[in-house]
Amino acid sequence: MKKLLILGAGTAGTMMANKMRKHLARDAWEITIVDQFKTHYYQPGFLFIPFGMYNRNDVIKPKSDFFPVGVNVIYSKIDKIQAKESNVILEDGVVLKYDYLIVATGCKTAPEEVDGLNGELWYKDIFDFYTIEGAVALANYFKTWKGGELIINISELPYKCPVAPLEFAFFADAFFTERGMRDKVNITYVTPMSGAFTKPRATKMLGELLEQKNINLVPDFAIMEVNNEEKKIMDYGGTEVKFDCLVSVPPNLGDEVMERSGLGDDMNYVPTDKHTLQSTAHENIFVIGDASNIPTSKAGSVAHFAAEILEENLMCAIEGRPFTGSFDGHANCYIETGYGKGTLIDFNYDTEPLPGSFPFPGLGPFGLLKVSRMNHYGKVLFRWIYWHILLKGKEMPIDSEMQMAGKKL
Amino acid sequence: MATKNYGGVSVDVNDEGYMTDSSQWTKKVASGIATDEGVVLTDKHFEVIDFIRTKVADGATLTIRGINKSGVVNAKEFYQMFPGAPLKKSTKIAGVPKPESCI
Ligand SMILES: Cc1cc2nc3c(=O)[nH]c(=O)nc-3n(C[C@H](O)[C@H](O)[C@H](O)COP(=O)(O)OP(=O)(O)OC[C@H]3O[C@@H](n4cnc5c(N)ncnc54)[C@H](O)[C@@H]3O)c2cc1C
Repeated sequence: MKKLLILGAGTAGTMMANKMRKHLARDAWEITIVDQFKTHYYQPGFLFIPFGMYNRNDVIKPKSDFFPVGVNVIYSKIDKIQAKESNVILEDGVVLKYDYLIVATGCKTAPEEVDGLNGELWYKDIFDFYTIEGAVALANYFKTWKGGELIINISELPYKCPVAPLEFAFFADAFFTERGMRDKVNITYVTPMSGAFTKPRATKMLGELLEQKNINLVPDFAIMEVNNEEKKIMDYGGTEVKFDCLVSVPPNLGDEVMERSGLGDDMNYVPTDKHTLQSTAHENIFVIGDASNIPTSKAGSVAHFAAEILEENLMCAIEGRPFTGSFDGHANCYIETGYGKGTLIDFNYDTEPLPGSFPFPGLGPFGLLKVSRMNHYGKVLFRWIYWHILLKGKEMPIDSEMQMAGKKL
Repeated sequence: MATKNYGGVSVDVNDEGYMTDSSQWTKKVASGIATDEGVVLTDKHFEVIDFIRTKVADGATLTIRGINKSGVVNAKEFYQMFPGAPLKKSTKIAGVPKPESCI
């Protein structure tokens, strides 16, 4: 029996297990997937929890609901990848051999990387919303918060779902307005980027939205430390911002497995060919999702588009053909802007987010770089699509390759 | 494409003033760009620039985190040496492309 081993059963790993089981004959290929947890978290839902729109139960399901028949599932922490020997070692010492390996271990927050971030005030006046624990703690905090300086800070690039902290800011504006206390809450968005986003048109559009909603912007802020006594964040350049409540996006790092295995860069991301999705160091290792270092957004939608390419290229490798799939870095992100409305961006390695309509040129129903009620429904719908279509690796009516039709230059 | 003249040497630059041909770079050119950026170069600056040029030649992405771990300078010193936007300034002076922050 040949062996395909998948590390990580999150968004990307689960999709790949479903896709590959369909291609590979059960009597010739054994597929095994490993994850440390039994619960699947719908991470995009974490954003809604602090504002009481979702609770814990809305964002969790057993991972076992999503694996196809005929895949071995192992719940264990992964200790190490021995790429030269084509072995993976689990925490309890069990050795798994593979012919092909898919790395899909994602990335996670590392608050300990910033001095003082997870100090005395952690989960008292300082929170994250990138973990279920942080999102739930913040929901409880907001219930009785009297207002003051609300600071939203991104520690460092890259981090997953690059629009999530902006959405958080928009939601906070709407939330405190609806509570009749917006005048008591001063919202400031403090970012290492030079504006609200990285690419010119989206930056302009999203920057204007911040302004309209009376949210202050502090750009080019590279955080050095959090001062818990004086409740302020300080950057290397000497800028200081005071907070009453700090909502932080801590550094996002790949899993320590990569460090232990000598497979990661200085943030534990795995160097990956951005078009073929093959590891740049080992021919029989492929990388998908947040775990890779490819220069596009770390998002579920990206993992979904990449999954189609990886499916194709893995079959090429297995059947000894040259790669035919080439990933273009396609990302498609709905952005909640509050009050039941949203906007949408669609882009890839070479094309920045542009205005227009999606997915059907001229028709939409979604508007690119426009604020509309429809775009908000897109995001709401995404949760249903995620559980029922995306994870199961089913086809979606959207091209994996970014389309120029419908976009205005 | 525009060209700029630094101490008698003409170099190709893009519209943001970043050199487009790294091989045209010399220490003299670096000093010229540094003057425009309001930075006076010391030996320490050149150590950092050397690190940056080597990294970029190896195809690595530059980050504050990477500089901090370089063993040449820590992040705080880096900010002091190239005040304001250290990555943008130092890469310009080092004659390499502006680091793209992709998210
Ligand atoms: C607040 C928030 C909002 C978001 N909003 C959106 C959105 O609107 N749209 C969108 O497209 N994306 C969004 N995302 C991003 C999206 O959730 C991720 O990009 C996606 O889940 C990445 O999938 P992945 O499989 O690469 O990683 P994950 O889904 O994180 O899975 C990685 C898996 O690997 C396992 N693992 C890691 N290391 C080990 C180990 N050593 N041993 C055993 N198991 C291990 C983990 O337990 C985990 O199950 C959001 C994320 C957050 C946090």
